[in-house]
Amino acid sequence: MLNEASGIDAQSSPGGQQPAVKPDIIRIEGVHKWYGGFHVLKNLNLTVRQGEKIVICGPSGSGKSTFIRCINRLEEHQHGSIIVDDIELTDDVRQIDSVRRDVGMVFQHFNLFPHLTVLENCCLAPVWVKKIPRKEAESTAMEYLERVRIPDQANKYPGQLSGGQQQRVAIARALCMKPKIMLFDEPTSALDPEMIAEVLDVMIELAGSGMTMLCVTHEMGFAKTVADRVIFMDAGEIVEQAPPQEFFSNPKEPRAQKFLQQILQH
Amino acid sequence: MTDLSVMPPKKAIGPIQWMKRNLFSTWYNVVLTLVVAYLIVTSVGPLISWFFVDANFMGSDPKDCSGAGACWVFISQRLDFFIYGFYPGEQQWRVDLMFLLLAVAFVPQFIERFPGRKWLGLFGVVGLPVAGYILIPGGPFGLSEVESTKWGGLMLTLILAYIGIIASLPIGILLALGRRSEMPIIRGLCVVFIEVWRAVPLITVLFMASVMLPLFLPEGLNFEKLARALIGITLWQSAYMAEVIRGGLQAIPRGQYEAASALGLGYWRKMGLVVLPQALKLVIPGIVNTFISLFKDTTLVLIIGLLDILGTVQSTVTDPSWQNVAVEGYVFVAFCFWVFCFGISRYSQSLERKLDTGHKS
Ligand SMILES: Nc1ncnc2c1ncn2[C@@H]1O[C@H](COP(=O)(O)OP(=O)(O)O)[C@@H](O)[C@H]1O
Ligand SMILES: [Mg+2]
Repeated sequence: MLNEASGIDAQSSPGGQQPAVKPDIIRIEGVHKWYGGFHVLKNLNLTVRQGEKIVICGPSGSGKSTFIRCINRLEEHQHGSIIVDDIELTDDVRQIDSVRRDVGMVFQHFNLFPHLTVLENCCLAPVWVKKIPRKEAESTAMEYLERVRIPDQANKYPGQLSGGQQQRVAIARALCMKPKIMLFDEPTSALDPEMIAEVLDVMIELAGSGMTMLCVTHEMGFAKTVADRVIFMDAGEIVEQAPPQEFFSNPKEPRAQKFLQQILQH
Repeated sequence: MTDLSVMPPKKAIGPIQWMKRNLFSTWYNVVLTLVVAYLIVTSVGPLISWFFVDANFMGSDPKDCSGAGACWVFISQRLDFFIYGFYPGEQQWRVDLMFLLLAVAFVPQFIERFPGRKWLGLFGVVGLPVAGYILIPGGPFGLSEVESTKWGGLMLTLILAYIGIIASLPIGILLALGRRSEMPIIRGLCVVFIEVWRAVPLITVLFMASVMLPLFLPEGLNFEKLARALIGITLWQSAYMAEVIRGGLQAIPRGQYEAASALGLGYWRKMGLVVLPQALKLVIPGIVNTFISLFKDTTLVLIIGLLDILGTVQSTVTDPSWQNVAVEGYVFVAFCFWVFCFGISRYSQSLERKLDTGHKS
């Protein structure tokens, strides 16, 4: 299993060339979703190969969050199929659980558990979901906390950390489950500017380790360094897909052009 | 030399200055202060002499009370009855043992860093009811049986309140979770249960339990009045508890549920490890408030003929051999309730402080 040991400090270089033939790990076909009468996702199709890094961008309200939350079934799709690591997401709770065990998620607002210390946050799921002995879970957690560069905060509570530190803990917490896929939903947009870099650095290192990543983000620098593909969404549709250089320098769709102009104005 | 620019401004002032500033700043403040001081002096003085100076502490019968102050002899003479009801004297050590266990389990909870106090607390919640179930009614281990009709006084009050409290918390949690469930049948059942019980006064519940219920139950399934009262109190209290806890559940942000789900935690682990610890912590004041209300509401069992501490005192102050001891009796009852309720309240405050982790989510 290539992604089994998804250590951040593995050998391959960030955004480097992956060998061409890698199996598909996510297959999304003809997915639609409605909120009541509101058609939020429209005929989405996407195949992600193992180790691929995908950046999803698009205007606010275009359905980016809804889309990646369908991949670990935080949201339910009503039509089409989503297959993650050969398991199809249906109403079957056991299938949902086994997908969630393989898919880590990092949220815009961190969502750390405030009543648990950093270390306990990281050990909770390994101990209770994977039944790993506490001692072992703790040493794994310390390893990941070191990789996100905050081992010294292990016994503090989330409320005592800065936003950037909390987000790095959230990344470590997800990694402690040794996921094969990581989903990021605007991981830096709730952070003060001076903290964005420390989180992006961790994500870039993680990308270098061969992890399959789907990131909703508007950080263009990050997209250029790391992404294999950029996906542009608008009004619930995938409007354009391209490698980052091509997408940022030469977008084809008028909606993508307009969006890029808007975020570049700053 | 201290650099003034980095020092906080001095806040502390002397008592004389404080009085000048707060009590005697204007002419009407001076008048108010003097009037209040006069009232305090004239009322506290007599109270102290009634309670202590003129009171009678020693003795064994009504003649030992002068009548000038409180007759505490009455309390000490009837203390056995106030504590044990009609529990037979030679068996009272069993109740004493329960009091001791209660103290062993809960007094350390007030002492920060008492070794193993968590385990003692756990014993208090799990072991104590089991011990009480064996010791107080008797039966096994050659303990002679004491029927529940003989239980009374403080002991009965504590049994009612303790079981009501311990049992209503888990039932309340389940009801609160049920009321927020996505399954319509479970949600519906919980809503109906909560709304029905919460809308009925406890007195009615107790009447139903003692008078009506036996009429409906099949012959032979007629269990004791005390047990019926306990079930009534517990279910009634659970409905209140459920609503307090639901308030806490609603305050937990959706992101907490999502993060737990995304990590693969199933429903019960998500609730038990992530949501409930935070929700319960938020509503500790509300939970304690309901506990204290229940503690005092147990006095209503008087109405169905159970003699709790208030019942024992009430039936004794009318005893013709003692004259004018009603005030002493009720002061004693009030004091007992105050000790326990204040203890619960202090404990909840220390618990809140201990659980404070700079909550931000
Ligand atoms: N639970 C919900 N119920 C109804 N509408 C929703 C819900 N969640 C999101 N939406 C709507 O769906 C659209 C897409 O939302 P979202 O996926 O969060 O967009 P993005 O992440 O791209 O900003 C928005 O218009 C939003 O208002
Ligand atoms: Mg979003």
